[in-house]
Amino acid sequence: MRNRTTAFVALTAASALFLSACGSDESDEPPVEDVDASEFPAGSTMERLAEAETMTVGTKFDQPLFGLQGPDGTPVGFDIEIAKIIAGELGIEPDDIEWTETVSANRESFIEEERVDIVVATYTINDTRKEVVDFAGPYYLAGQSLMVRADDDSISGPDDLAGKTVCSAEGSTPAGNIEENYPEAELVQFGQYTDCLDPLRDGRVDAVTTDNVILAGYVAESPDDFVIAGDQFTEEPYGIGLKKDDEEFRTWVNDVLEEAYEDGRWTDAWESTAGEVLDTPEPPAVDRY
Amino acid sequence: MSALIEELPRLWEGFQLTLFLAVVSGALSLVLGTVLAALRVAPLKSLRVFAAAYVEVARNTPLTLVFVFVVFVLPTLGLILPLGTTPAIIALTAYTSAFVCEAVRSGINSVGVGQAEAARAIGLGTVATLRLVVLPQALRTVVPPLINVLIALTKNTSVAAGFTVVELTSTSRGLARDNPADVLALLAGVAVCYLLITIPAGLLAGRIERKVVFSR
Repeated sequence: MRNRTTAFVALTAASALFLSACGSDESDEPPVEDVDASEFPAGSTMERLAEAETMTVGTKFDQPLFGLQGPDGTPVGFDIEIAKIIAGELGIEPDDIEWTETVSANRESFIEEERVDIVVATYTINDTRKEVVDFAGPYYLAGQSLMVRADDDSISGPDDLAGKTVCSAEGSTPAGNIEENYPEAELVQFGQYTDCLDPLRDGRVDAVTTDNVILAGYVAESPDDFVIAGDQFTEEPYGIGLKKDDEEFRTWVNDVLEEAYEDGRWTDAWESTAGEVLDTPEPPAVDRY
Repeated sequence: MSALIEELPRLWEGFQLTLFLAVVSGALSLVLGTVLAALRVAPLKSLRVFAAAYVEVARNTPLTLVFVFVVFVLPTLGLILPLGTTPAIIALTAYTSAFVCEAVRSGINSVGVGQAEAARAIGLGTVATLRLVVLPQALRTVVPPLINVLIALTKNTSVAAGFTVVELTSTSRGLARDNPADVLALLAGVAVCYLLITIPAGLLAGRIERKVVFSR
């Protein structure tokens, strides 16, 4: 069993290398700086990672456009590109980044247990989470939005929902927001967001609501059936999760983000991934709390 | 605790819907299950085979899958039901009637074959034999297992939470989201609501059982 697992891992790694070698002549990869570890302050996280020439990044594997595991095992998406920009500044090749799947429930514990160096995983910054981890960024402001059938132009924002049936996930924050602020809308709740898709197709619901990022993923999968209606009406800042109290590393990551905003790498990363479905936003101001 | 009192109206709404699902699906399942049991002892083989096949499929399929079938698969076959309680009642009834059928059938088997033969001897047909002689005796013996089935049904209504019915379980998730500090008290309140349905059902079963008891 052990041998088989090893063989499988080797095979996967080999194919990943092979496939990424195929893709390496594409020029849209962020540039990798030629960095000497000694440039960084002694004992800092940057020095340690630059020295190791590898880092472990926690990301989503199931979020289209942001972090979606491709057939070769390596994830693709906007979060991945952001991680590559940061790794590049440490002199780490994209191929040397180790991707670890982090789901919503385990992101904090993976950071605390140092199983990952950074988490870039559609990770909303909030005060509860700030008690256990630190956030660099935000590098993107997501927000609740509406998705409707492609041929339906009667809904262009949450105020048009009166009398319409809107679908969301049971007990989720977006569902609570509709319940509280748009009581004229008829809210139906399924166990998960994907369950809302068929009813939207066959007309049993008129709109689906959750973060625009998740909706954009559905639109990317069925561009002929669904469109995003109107602008987002809440703000969810996505940050990069870092180990608590590593002030030096957090400041440095924020610097890298600001540089990437200015020299266009951030925009390139957006346009080659999530930009296929969502409009290109202004980069958000980083919050050095 | 204060959150629980504050949220009582929402809890009450969820409770009403759970009770509604349990009562309506329970009544429909009792009827459909008894008919299925009658079919399973019918003289026509095709009826027996049909009822047996239905029971085996329905009781061996997870309830969630039955819901998925009604809510997501039927629409692709052209039968689009409005979201909400209708598909939930259909799914719960389809599932529970199989269990009712088997309970009733065990009751039918417990009625001595001489009873049916005597009914025939005085000129009763198949349906009249079942209706007037066999079923009245059979149903009396299966009150406890039937109540078991109905209690299970009451708890099974929680599956509807994942399919747009805002009953108790669904309400509890919303409550937990809105009062993160009082989750424990709220969930305890929801659990008590289920007990408010199932414990009286058990007591009622005991009374009915004593009332309809007969000696052989």
